Amino acid sequence: MQGIPIIIAIIVLNFFLLNMAEGDAVDVLAGEAGSATPEYMAELRAKFGLDQPLPVQLMVYLKNVALLDLGYSFRHDMPVAQLILDRFWPTLLLMTCTILTAVGFGILLGLLAAINLNTWKDTAISIFALITYATPLFWVGLMMIVVFSINLGWFPTSGMENIAAFHEGWDRVWDIAHHLVLPTITLSLFYLALYTRMMRASMLEQYGQDYVVTAKAKGLTERRITFVHVLRNALLPVVTMAGVQVGALIGGSVIVESVFAWPGLGMLAFESLFARDLNLLLGIFMISSVLVVVVNLIVDVIYSFLDPRIEVA
Amino acid sequence: MSFWKRFARNRQAVLGMIILALVILMAIFASAFYPDDPFRLAGKPLSPPGTSGFLLGSDSLGRDVASGIAHGAKTSIMIGLVATVAAVFIGVIFGALSGYYGGKIDDGLMRVTEMFQTIPSFVFAILLVAIMKPSIESIVIAITVVSWPGVARLVRGEFLALKNREFVQACHTLGMGDIQIMLREILPNCVSPIIVVGSLMVATAILIESGLAFLGLGDPNIMSWGFQIGAGRTMLRSAWWVCTFPGIAILVTVLAINLVGEGLNDALNPRLRERQ
Amino acid sequence: MSDTASNKLLDIQNLSILLPDGADRRYAVEDISIDLSPGETLCIVGESGSGKSLTARAVMGLLPGPKVRVGEGAINFLGEDTTKVTPERLRDIRGNEISMIFQEPMTALNPVMRIGDQIDEIFRFHVSMSAKERAARALQLLTDVNLPDPAGIMRAYPHELSGGQRQRAMIAMALALEPKILIADEPTTALDVTTQAQILKLIKDLQQQHHTGVLFITHDFGVVADIADRVAVMQYGKLVEMGTVHEVLNAPQHPYTKGLIAAIPKLKPRAAREQSKESVLSAHGVRKTFGSTGGFSFFGKKDRVVHAVNDVSIEVRRGETLGIVGESGSGKSTMARCLIRLMDIDDGEIYVGDQEISKLDRKHMRPHRRRLQMVFQDPFASLNPRIRVGQIIAQGPILQGVTKEEAYKRAKDLISIVGLEESAFDRFPHEFSGGQRQRIGIARALALEPDILIADEPVSALDVSIQAQILELLDKIRKQMNLSMVFITHDLRVAAQVCDRVAVMQYGKVVEIGPTAELFGDPQHDYTKALLAAIPGKDWQTEEVA
Repeated sequence: MQGIPIIIAIIVLNFFLLNMAEGDAVDVLAGEAGSATPEYMAELRAKFGLDQPLPVQLMVYLKNVALLDLGYSFRHDMPVAQLILDRFWPTLLLMTCTILTAVGFGILLGLLAAINLNTWKDTAISIFALITYATPLFWVGLMMIVVFSINLGWFPTSGMENIAAFHEGWDRVWDIAHHLVLPTITLSLFYLALYTRMMRASMLEQYGQDYVVTAKAKGLTERRITFVHVLRNALLPVVTMAGVQVGALIGGSVIVESVFAWPGLGMLAFESLFARDLNLLLGIFMISSVLVVVVNLIVDVIYSFLDPRIEVA
Repeated sequence: MSFWKRFARNRQAVLGMIILALVILMAIFASAFYPDDPFRLAGKPLSPPGTSGFLLGSDSLGRDVASGIAHGAKTSIMIGLVATVAAVFIGVIFGALSGYYGGKIDDGLMRVTEMFQTIPSFVFAILLVAIMKPSIESIVIAITVVSWPGVARLVRGEFLALKNREFVQACHTLGMGDIQIMLREILPNCVSPIIVVGSLMVATAILIESGLAFLGLGDPNIMSWGFQIGAGRTMLRSAWWVCTFPGIAILVTVLAINLVGEGLNDALNPRLRERQ
Repeated sequence: MSDTASNKLLDIQNLSILLPDGADRRYAVEDISIDLSPGETLCIVGESGSGKSLTARAVMGLLPGPKVRVGEGAINFLGEDTTKVTPERLRDIRGNEISMIFQEPMTALNPVMRIGDQIDEIFRFHVSMSAKERAARALQLLTDVNLPDPAGIMRAYPHELSGGQRQRAMIAMALALEPKILIADEPTTALDVTTQAQILKLIKDLQQQHHTGVLFITHDFGVVADIADRVAVMQYGKLVEMGTVHEVLNAPQHPYTKGLIAAIPKLKPRAAREQSKESVLSAHGVRKTFGSTGGFSFFGKKDRVVHAVNDVSIEVRRGETLGIVGESGSGKSTMARCLIRLMDIDDGEIYVGDQEISKLDRKHMRPHRRRLQMVFQDPFASLNPRIRVGQIIAQGPILQGVTKEEAYKRAKDLISIVGLEESAFDRFPHEFSGGQRQRIGIARALALEPDILIADEPVSALDVSIQAQILELLDKIRKQMNLSMVFITHDLRVAAQVCDRVAVMQYGKVVEIGPTAELFGDPQHDYTKALLAAIPGKDWQTEEVA
């Protein structure tokens, strides 16, 4: 439950960042300069109490946030909160698929590498991980588009679905899935490399532990030792890491969504950058932090099931 | 076995060092090879690589891709180094104080690093640069701000572990003061992991910087690899080389740094040998 | 019983184990021949680096990694050579016909599997039994090793058990399929002396029941005296002596064996010395507690409060050595750290001479530091690996205001007093052995010319022969400089040899204190009696060897 003070701290940080930006906070909040009438801006000033001392302003901002009023976006002509809600699901979809792919394949590849230590399989996997880890996300995305969309034509170049086709039901699901492939692969590559290396290292570390010698002395097969004894212990640090990486994943989604025009929060953040819509950006910022806290909570719970030495606090 | 010998045994690390040296040389001598401003329109637009005097082709405005890469190397390396040094400096100070003293100082620092861990660092960097207006200074500051908590956590862990070692306890029995213990007893014993993390951090810094530039948040007056790729997006179908080569440059540089970092790790921690 | 070759369970012939290239010697174990018969206990004794552990591991093919491997020789188990059988046959033998138990109960069990499951898999992989039968057998095994609440232990995880309980569980696993040979690699070294006595008795009882051959690795001759039928002594990978326990222990032939046995502290308490009455260090009503005391516990969990030191009062007189003995958790180490103010006490007073020091802040404590110095336990952790030896020793005086030249000169003098070469001054700690590092630690402590030396288990991490040298050094220094000492140890033999008076601690309290001879000869408190009764090999060497 220490997530709550952190979120509050982040909100406070948000507030100060808002104030750091050039111009009056209301100028920022009103979105593009000139999109609001002077009367509206005076009204906003009064509402946000900008003639009041800073701490009072903070309280007002907190109150507004608690009431889920994150301001208004003139560019999109919608309240920020609503906007974020609309774009939330595509991002969630992308991230869930990415996490499953990255963690799932990462663990698998790391396991393979560790079992086939120092053979060509291990070397190939390690080289793959090494190169992928060094590759910038946006470049991979663009190269994927060049190869698989433009040249091979296997996948669409952008977007989440073919809106003009008006698919319904399972057709629509299939269409979205088709569009999902390239963005998911792009976003998961980096983290796949990370988990692969972590898993491999973790397996190797466990192989050197005393209980493995005991297991051998009991006459157990290599298979049992690897998959029942070592694997269970090796997974623990990787699971912890997965939780930590979620924040980085969100950052990555900004890039991937902008490359593939995926209509999610990341794309929204990218758009708001150019619209100088700082208010929207801050709202997204806060939501993503909340997301991270929630995911970490889930990961903690999962971890406490896996490791009997930890009691659920 | 001395440190350099151990390092040299790792062929990948040596390869990484060579590549890195080449990149650094390219950065230093960029102006010698390509004395003109890389933003200058140098010739026929959209020329494929190897034509019209362009080694790696030109973009839609006729800018020389190769020149951009050479000058971009300067940007990436400089930003990577400066941001990392700053982050390490700040991280070491906070981590050391937190790990050594514990108590309220530690609680405070832990809350702060947790907060930073929760905030998606790239989004935070975007935010900071957007607010401070894109420039080399703001980019360096942004990268430093999102990177120092990682160093702080590492250093805190080391200090926590070392402060209870018997040789540190012995220093207390001799009446040694805290600052001296932290600086001359504990810190020299955690230099290795700091070096390793620092070197890998340079790679991350370069990735962040190029990501920012790609999104249009780079310093508009400075050529950067990310900028090249971002600018080249719209011509993906017609002039694929504008995006491809700068990307390869990033890949190769980051890969080289990672290899060197791993080599350093192996050389500095000889106990962590894999089972053969 | 006729001792024909066919009667032997295990017949190791001319075994050599190779080390990886680049190690300090070629052979870990060189050309040794050892045999074991049913129902007998053979102890392999040696110091660190003797190769005894590797020999034990080689029997079942458990040598670490491909680089450490059997070079020449054969290990015959009932006619089969285990170095040459197929991997399937080897797996068959392991856990089934030959079993092994290890030293560290903490790490030898899989931390994420229940004890019951870890026993269960032995059955699953060797015999066919229904799940119910397996569970019943497992429960019976746990009962046989005298574990309380066997059903609960079946469902428990290793971290929920104590060290002794874990070792019993390991023994249960090892004897599950009634193996012909039990190999025990220092199974009691990490346990308290009272727990050790129980485990040794357990192994002995089980051995008699099942007529098992036991191959017992240890460095402790006391243990050997208690349980062995025959003894094999190893040094630097070679077998230097082998014979019955009476032969080897009472009439050793090889100089190395003779030296080792001579180095073991006898249980004869030292002769009483003339004592002064002046008190140099005293503690009154000292309390130190760990864990949260009070405060609001959100979920109603019990606060885990440990009274590490619970109202302890002791006094050290000039020139005497006061021993504090106890098992782990007794609070003796905590007490030592409280005395030297590495920890602040919660209650009570500590006097150095007539100066009360427990309430002084850092600045005011500093001048008193020089009177009270400490020698630490772990020679590998008590010296800063990045600072040269001369600097390590000179640091203390320099901090106290002595000039650099004077401090360095003092360091050089001390280096020779503790028996090291001059060149040690410029070298780094990692270039020295454990015993040498302990000497450096002693030199560091002496650099400030203290009145009182607190030694926290200074020889526990050392081999027995080195131990004797360090104890001799401490004795020489004590006489030369008229030092008073507080000597913390869990080893009663060492306490008997070194201390004038002994205080016995249990659960944070001093349960008995008195002159060494009286305490050992006529203990009053039950716990003291139990401690003394548990000493391995206490009946051996009570008379002087001719």
